[in-house]
This record gives sequence, C-alpha cells and structure tokens, in this order.
Amino acid sequence: MFDLLVTRYNYVAVALLLGIGVYMMIENANLVKKVIGMNVFQTGIFLFFITSAYVEGGAPPLVHHGGEAGEYVSPLPHVLILTAIVVGVSLTAVALALIVRIYAEYGTLDENVLREVRADE
Amino acid sequence: MSDLPALLVAVPIVAGVIALVTGQWRARAAWAVALVAAAAQVGMAGLLAATVFRDGTVSYEVGSFAAPYGIELVVDGLSASVAVLVAVVALGVLVYSRVAGPHTPAFHTEYLLLVAGLSGMSITGDVFNLYVFLEITGLTAYALVASGDSGRAAVGALKYLIVGTVGASLYLLGIGYAFVATGTLNMADMSTKLAEVGYADPLVLTAFGLIVTGLAVKSAIFPLHTWQPEAYAGAPDSVSAFVAALVSTVSAYAIARLIVSVFTVDFLREVPMAREFVVALAGVSVVAGSALAVMQSEVKRMLAYSSVSQFGLVVAAFAMATESAFVGGAIHLLGHAVMKGGLFLAAGAIAAATGARRVSEYRGLAGRRPVLAGSFAVLALSMVGVPPAVGFVGKWYIALAAVEAEAWPIAVVILASTLLTLAYFARVIERMYFAAAPAAAAAEGAAEPTPDAAVADGAGGPLSGRRSPRSDGGDAEGSAALTPGIVALVALVAVLSVALGLVATEYAQVLEQTLPPLLSP
Repeated sequence: MFDLLVTRYNYVAVALLLGIGVYMMIENANLVKKVIGMNVFQTGIFLFFITSAYVEGGAPPLVHHGGEAGEYVSPLPHVLILTAIVVGVSLTAVALALIVRIYAEYGTLDENVLREVRADE
Repeated sequence: MSDLPALLVAVPIVAGVIALVTGQWRARAAWAVALVAAAAQVGMAGLLAATVFRDGTVSYEVGSFAAPYGIELVVDGLSASVAVLVAVVALGVLVYSRVAGPHTPAFHTEYLLLVAGLSGMSITGDVFNLYVFLEITGLTAYALVASGDSGRAAVGALKYLIVGTVGASLYLLGIGYAFVATGTLNMADMSTKLAEVGYADPLVLTAFGLIVTGLAVKSAIFPLHTWQPEAYAGAPDSVSAFVAALVSTVSAYAIARLIVSVFTVDFLREVPMAREFVVALAGVSVVAGSALAVMQSEVKRMLAYSSVSQFGLVVAAFAMATESAFVGGAIHLLGHAVMKGGLFLAAGAIAAATGARRVSEYRGLAGRRPVLAGSFAVLALSMVGVPPAVGFVGKWYIALAAVEAEAWPIAVVILASTLLTLAYFARVIERMYFAAAPAAAAAEGAAEPTPDAAVADGAGGPLSGRRSPRSDGGDAEGSAALTPGIVALVALVAVLSVALGLVATEYAQVLEQTLPPLLSP
C-alpha cells in the first residue's frame, strides 16, 4: 500500500487536486474562491494527462537527424493540455467578468448574502 | 465542394469576426452580416445533408493529416440532421432577434461563434476535438446568457459557467481515461481499440462513466440540471430560445454519438450495468423534471424544467440502442429542438405583447392574443405527443422500442411521460382558454382592440409568405416591441411542429438506411 503511494504519488496528487477543487466550489461562499476552486479542479485534470504521458527515462520527443531509436515521452497529451489550459484561462476570464458585474449589481461577492438580496427580486 | 464540412465550422467563425468589425462602424450592419452567414450555413448544411443521404457518410481530414493521427470530420445521417437543425434554428432565431434584441455587435459575434461550436460538435469525429467545440459552445453560451440587462442574467450565467465547466472537465477526464486505455483520440479508431482492450476493463468503465456524466451535465439530465432554469429564465428571450433549442440538444447528440460510435452497442450488451446506469438516470430525469416543471410559476422556468424531462426521454432511447429506439430518439431530439425553441419564442412574444411572464398572468390570453395563444397551445400539445405532431412520432418509436425490448420500467416511464408533460402544459392551456381574463387586462384589451386584432388576425392567414420581419421597418428599437413578423414566425414554428410530424416517418425510413452500420450487432 505504502509502495503504491510512493510510486504513484502523482495520481494521489491528481485525486487530491480534484477533491480540493470540488470542495472549494461547493463549500466556499465567496464567488471568486469558487472560481479558484474551478481552476484547481482543472489543474488536477491537466496533471492527470501529463502523468499519463510520462515515460521513465524517456527523452523529449525530438527525433535527431539520425532518427535514432529510443524511448520518447508521448507529445500528444502535452499538446492536448496546452489547448485545455487556454480554454481554462478563457473560462476564468469570463467568470471573473461575470463576478465584476454581479458585484456592481448587488454589491456583494458572498453567495449567502447574494441569495438574500435576490430573494426580493 | 469537398471542403464543405470544414466550411461549416469556418464560415461562422470568420463571419463572427466580420460582424464584430462592421458592428463598430454601424451597429445594425452586424445583424446583416450574421443573417448572410446564417443563410449560408443553412445552404451548406442542406447541401451536405443531401450529399450524405445520397452517397452515404462523408469524411474529411482536416489539413490532410491521415485519420487516426489528424482530426477527422465525419458526417453521417444523424450528424447531418443535427447540423441542418443547428443552421435552421440559428437562422430562425436570428430573424426573431432583429426586433426582440439584443442589438449589440458583440451579441451577433457570440451568436455566430456559438453556431460554429454547435456545428463543430455535430460533425467532428475526434473526441478531443469534441471537447474543444464543447468549450467553444459553452463559453459563447455563458456570454450570451449574460447579455441580459439584469443582474439575474449575470448570476445565472456564472452558475451555468461553474457547473458547465465541471461537466466539460469530467468529460475531458473521461477522454483521458479512454486515451490511456487506447492511445487514440479518433472515434472510429477508438471504438475498435476499446473492443481490443476489453469492455470490462476498469479504465474503459471509468471512461464511460465520466464521459456520460460530463455530457449529462451539459444536456441537463436530472440531478445535474441545476444550472439550467436560472440560465434560461435570466437570459434575453432570443437567447433562451436559441440556447434551449440547441445547446442541450447537441450535447445529447454527443452522448448518442459516444455511446453508439465510440463505445458501441456491444459495450452496452456486455456491460449491462452501464446501460442500466444511463437508463435509470434518464428515467429519473423524466419524472423529476416533470414534477419540478409542474411546481413552477414562471413560464420560462417551467419550460426549462420541461427540457430536463424531455432529454431524459431522448437519452433513455439512445441508451436502449435498438434501431427503433435510436430512430425515435433522433426524431424526438430534433423535434424537441423545434418545439422548445418555438415555445420560448412564443413565451417571449407573449411577454413582449402583454408583459405576462407567469403562468397565472396567462389568464384569458386566448381572447386577447389568439394567434400567439394558439401557437403556444399547438406547440405545447405537440410536446405532449398529440398524434399528427412531431412530438408524437418520436415518443411512439421510443415506446415501441421499449415494448419490443421488454424493458417494462422504461415503457411505463415513457407512457407516463406523456401524462406528466400534459400535467404542466394543461395548466397553461387551461389559463389561456378557460379562465376569464383579469379585469385590468380585459379593460386594456377593450381600450385598444383594433390594432391588436388586426395584427393577430392578419398574421393568422398567409403564414409562409410573411416570414421576414424586415418588411416591418427596421426602426423598432425597444426590446418589448411585437411586430406581425414575430407573430408570423411563432405561428410558422407551430405549423412546422405539426408538419414535421407528417414527414417524420419518411425521415425515419431514410435514417434507418444510414444507421445500420452503427447499430448492427
């Protein structure tokens, strides 16, 4: 069991990040912290992809002129995750823009206060 | 014309940028650009669908990279139908938004980008590419929902964003598992590799669970629907019509695509637990969505919960994955988009005409706005499943499939869903037709009867000839304006929902010819 934890520590990190992210999204009343939780959650997924590409002792996937054989790290998950990171940044930007509007409208970032204010609508 | 699949995605994106630029010069020009792009989209999607139904599946390698490595766009009968649906609904709602607003260039740009995202989702043959389009769709949908004036729209959009992102992320995680298991992202390639890995492999099972759950969030299946009512109710009328008609629909299509093309029917047969999981999720969604819809007092929220219930039906059909279930699911998916989009348009037009947004405010509406009330009633009854309409045909096929497969719990839920749907729509129809109008509204109706009556009755006659509201003059700036063009458009959708029911059986036959490769055991 302990061996498994030590050799697979990156998967443990993935699970922790996913859990922490979901917990922050659900439990934090502050809207900005919810967005941070969302980012943590996504980071867990990014780490999962990168872990899946890792090869022990693998070289960067740059084939030299001779085309020599050897173990290479798979480049595909890295490329995918670059895309996913871009998507994540855009989502964060949109979320923060919405939070600015909510703050301008209701004057609060606290979910519970927001619910009370909106109950009168 | 062999570049048609790529153009289907590229044209709206380029047009979106053009709309933004021309919009800086003259705000109204953005709408014209969007209209041209949407019309071109209808043409391209129609041409593509004609090709597919004549010659069979069309495949396109983006950038000429061979299929398992490069991104592939695959158009078969089902995806062509969804692409046509996206194009047609986009054009219809765009015409509606000419009067109903929003009028900003940003709205039109986001609108076109959303069309691009939805078209991309419907024709892509690559699971990661599907994720990218899913997020394009999501991002633009969040921005569109937030384009309402009130703070409510912003709150709804933020909730939609957070829940939607979790859904898309779960889908991404699911892809990750499937990728680790197979080492490929191409759908066709992945389906053969998954069979080699073995369907009982924990990696494959986890991937299935995560992918279905993630997409179920996006298509608002019951316990995962929480973002939907707030987003639909807070958004401007044209946006909620568009988003309600298409975004969940295309996500449900994506579930179908992944179940039958990637995991295949064999997977469902070999892992009965997976099928039961999806079917149970869907069945609960049908009942719970209807129950929640009955409890709503606001019409747009009621319609939103109604979607929760109807998508349960569609997903149950796709999970049964027999031929008639699949055909029924496809017809109900397409028909639901037309009906639900029409209902949101009708609700928006009624609100613009009378200010009524709650079920109780619909009292006596039939006397004041006969055409709008009639259209709403026709669309509602079509959704319930009254025979000639398209809502009936879809449910008929699904119910038939459930009986054939002897899946009795599902058969019961499907038949009950008709009653449950009636339960929430009957309230509205009863208010509109059998309850007396409140005194104030009656007085208002009596004070200015002539123009209203002329508008309503005039639109009732030559429906097809009066589609474009451009003839009404383009100076109606207020979002609360109601023009004969809008009434005609709403009535046209109502007629369409019945007419589609009449051609649906022929469509089913065409679909049956293109589908066997997907469903053959």
